[in-house]
Amino acid sequence: MKIENNIKLWSSLGMRATFGLIAMELAKKHPELIITTSDVSTSAGLDRYKNKYPDKYIDVGIAEQNLIGVSAGLSSEGFKVISTTFAPFQTLRCCEQIKVNLGYMKHKICMVGLASGLVLGNLGFTHCSIEDIGTLRSIPNISIVVPSDPFELFKVLNEAIDYKNSVYIRLTAGANSKIINSKDYEFKIGKAVEILPGNDVTIIGCGNILGNCLEAASILKKKNVQCSVVNMHTIKPIDHEIIRNITSKNKLILTVEEHNIIGGLGSSVAEVLSSYNHNCKLVRLGINDFYSSGGSYEYLKNIYGLSVEKIIETVLSNL
Amino acid sequence: MNLKKIKLFAKNIRKNIIFAAFKAGSKSAHIGGALSSADIVAVLYSDILKIKKKKTLDDNRDRFILSKGHACLALYSALVEKKILKKKELETFESDGSNLLGHPIINKLSGIEFSTGSLGMGLALGVGVALAAKKKQKKYKTYVILGDGECNEGSIWESVLCASHFKLDNMTIIVDKNNFQQTGKNSSIMDLKNLTNKFKSFGCEAIEIDGHDIKKIYKSLNKKNSKKPKVIVANTTKGKGIQMFENDNNWHHSVITKSIYKNIIKEL
Repeated sequence: MKIENNIKLWSSLGMRATFGLIAMELAKKHPELIITTSDVSTSAGLDRYKNKYPDKYIDVGIAEQNLIGVSAGLSSEGFKVISTTFAPFQTLRCCEQIKVNLGYMKHKICMVGLASGLVLGNLGFTHCSIEDIGTLRSIPNISIVVPSDPFELFKVLNEAIDYKNSVYIRLTAGANSKIINSKDYEFKIGKAVEILPGNDVTIIGCGNILGNCLEAASILKKKNVQCSVVNMHTIKPIDHEIIRNITSKNKLILTVEEHNIIGGLGSSVAEVLSSYNHNCKLVRLGINDFYSSGGSYEYLKNIYGLSVEKIIETVLSNL
Repeated sequence: MNLKKIKLFAKNIRKNIIFAAFKAGSKSAHIGGALSSADIVAVLYSDILKIKKKKTLDDNRDRFILSKGHACLALYSALVEKKILKKKELETFESDGSNLLGHPIINKLSGIEFSTGSLGMGLALGVGVALAAKKKQKKYKTYVILGDGECNEGSIWESVLCASHFKLDNMTIIVDKNNFQQTGKNSSIMDLKNLTNKFKSFGCEAIEIDGHDIKKIYKSLNKKNSKKPKVIVANTTKGKGIQMFENDNNWHHSVITKSIYKNIIKEL
């Protein structure tokens, strides 16, 4: 199948179902692959995988601390391990296991956090994940990647499985996710991609919320505001070079993320910006450190100022 | 089984524990829980584990995980007896930049399989390692020592459930049941009630033994597993071997002064 056809199909399926499809391909390529889960085979799109590769699939039940320990044990014996469950349980529930096993001991696991951000807002904030990046970012030896769309997830997984350290892959949005990358492109963990050029403002985003950033940029263009949009898919290690390039050209940076503005993309960019002299202002859009009333994905994006309209409004009021 | 040899091994472990704790001086050392596990560790390293000097990276070696990482002096001392570590290295215990800190740091070449110390994590690693043996059809066995206080951790029970579910008959869990935890008796802090029955009810083959009876330890470790993970609940005495330390929880983590050292080393 042509890449372009895949891109359309995968976007309609969303990241979770696409993950299951990619897993089938990874199993063919990597005989040492084992996928470990905490009772989420269906939610992770892994039912076909589980049936086809029962020996490469381990479900440890609803026990995430054990999930990380068992995965680290397998990894220490030479298996390439991908663990997966819903983002809050893949990260905060087993945070110390991640610290000791993957950070301190440097065992390598690729952790896939399903349905992170706000997409499960109807289920309440137990199932939303707005703290995962901030928490994991403080643990050494773990990289954090937020693919912008299912096609990028494909690229991330292929690189992450052989990466030098553990990687947390944070999946956002549901089915019918937005296509951010409509053509093939060069992907490298740690190397951000400018997906739209522009000289007035730079919007830096990560995850599928980049769809809103692109839409906002195209409306702003009609208002004569030239926005560049940067896909900062890797939060750690953050791409210093692209940030330096932005501040040498533009005066305003807007970060947009489905995460608390404390600890996530905006914080990471701010840390880089604080390390040298420039004349660039940073505005951080994201969850402004509070748990709102719950509701649909769209409802929550509105509340937290992540809708297309709010992004436009924020850019215009800060110009 | 060579009883005399194992007894000497155990005695030397205790000597090394006391020696390293004394050398650590005011930095203090976990003594009580190391001494309670000394006989179990001695039987394992002397006669059970397939672990050899210069073959510490051998893929077929048995895997030993000290989940109650604060008992590390028992492990380091056993590795000294196996000549995998040098006795000189023990003198660096807890000192700046040492490989031998107050909790084990992963160092496979030196026979330390994992970093442990945060309680409740070693068993999950053991399950992963034992599962890997099944997947790769390797014959090595996995042994994990837990503390009884450590069994307060819910994560232990996640892993016991898992070991039983996957029928890991290639792993053995030994609980060093010395009846104390950091600040007092298990029974007053968090009563574990009947641990052996708990393991049985989780689907393991569990037996209870005297954790200082070398013959019984050997026999229980040497017995072939049924189709379940084996659990040995070893009744031990915290501080075993040094009269003034026995069942006195002040020696959970404490300083051995020169005068105390002189007195107690005679006992051994």
